[in-house]
Amino acid sequence: MDELTAALARNLDAAFPELVELMGPRLYWGLRGICGDHQEAEDLTQETFIRAYRALAGYERVRVRALMLSPWIWTIALNLGRNHVRDRSRRPTFAGWLDRGVADPDLPDVGAWDRRFKALSAPQRSAVVLRHVVGMGIGEISEATGRPEGTVKADIHRGLEKLRQTMEMER
Amino acid sequence: MSIENDLGAMIGPLPDGMSEGIALGTGIADGYDIYDSPLGRVAVAFNPLGVSAVDVADDAFPDRFSARHGRKLFRSEAPSAWSMKIAPAIEAGRPGNLPVDLRSVTPFQTEVLRVATTIPRGEVRSYGWLAMQSEHPRATRAVGTTMASNPVPLIIPCHRVVRSDGRIGAYSLGGPDNKWRLLEHEGADPGHLEELASSGVRVQGNSATLIFCHPTCRAIRRSHPDRVVDYRSVSQARDAGFRACQLCKPA
Repeated sequence: MDELTAALARNLDAAFPELVELMGPRLYWGLRGICGDHQEAEDLTQETFIRAYRALAGYERVRVRALMLSPWIWTIALNLGRNHVRDRSRRPTFAGWLDRGVADPDLPDVGAWDRRFKALSAPQRSAVVLRHVVGMGIGEISEATGRPEGTVKADIHRGLEKLRQTMEMER
Repeated sequence: MSIENDLGAMIGPLPDGMSEGIALGTGIADGYDIYDSPLGRVAVAFNPLGVSAVDVADDAFPDRFSARHGRKLFRSEAPSAWSMKIAPAIEAGRPGNLPVDLRSVTPFQTEVLRVATTIPRGEVRSYGWLAMQSEHPRATRAVGTTMASNPVPLIIPCHRVVRSDGRIGAYSLGGPDNKWRLLEHEGADPGHLEELASSGVRVQGNSATLIFCHPTCRAIRRSHPDRVVDYRSVSQARDAGFRACQLCKPA
């Protein structure tokens, strides 16, 4: 990660595809878990990276080098997610690229997880996904969600409990 | 298997096409698509700032693009806001409200290209005229270089810019034959223009109005042939008591 932030600070355009490769899968699948919908997760992933790129282009090099990439990207993604419904009707023109959309990945269980997560509250979903799907630490999750660490821990605990109950009922 | 492990296994690859979409959306890479033109199929590249290239649609186009612009190129549909505007801009030979990305040229060249967009369809102007209109009257040669490096031929109509001696001259998009074809397509008569050039005619006056024009100006083309007088230079026309046309601004 330190190498990547250094590379981003040195030559943003050259290093950015590496950022997408490294963080893209976790961002998409994490958002997929949080919002339960391929199209929305795709839109949010693309918009998150586009905003991240613009932000990085405007930052001083020292600031880029000091970034904690994972919580930083997720702060952008979660903010976008909160405003997404409201913004949908007035998306910027560059989103024309994204209008076509890409196919929903054809993996087993994807639909099952989309359903199971519906039992959780929004903060619980974010906390569980960021902890166990994305693999972030409690401190990073607290930073990205803006919620105290104790609350994050409680959200994860209760969220996992609900998921367990839901999966019990599936049997 | 614990539920935590199951959750960790949820991560799959990024769906196909998304990293390209991100590269296009950020402008790290450009997209391109093939469009019809009066010259047949052409490749048109675009990015979030606008149309960045119009070129011959051959296999080497992506490499030429990357060598010149330093960015990757993916085949893609144009952003929806522009896809409707590209074909009309090519047919009209001017950008209209289609944004054009001119980062690959200098501010001087940007100004010259902007002035070139004011040349009406079916008319031609010389490099010297373009230099004058862009307020660099001595930069005729630099104007020639600018036309040769126009990143978006057809849309910015460098085919309407001819040599200062009136000959049709070179053309960047596939050579001079294409310049002839485009001018013919627009209703100009390049053969006639070459004849005028070789007989030394630079401007033509209307003996009734005492106004002189570029030979392709719509004002002089509407004039009765009996009233059209040929002049070898602006000063010759002026000496004969003519004044410059306000439409085509020959002087």
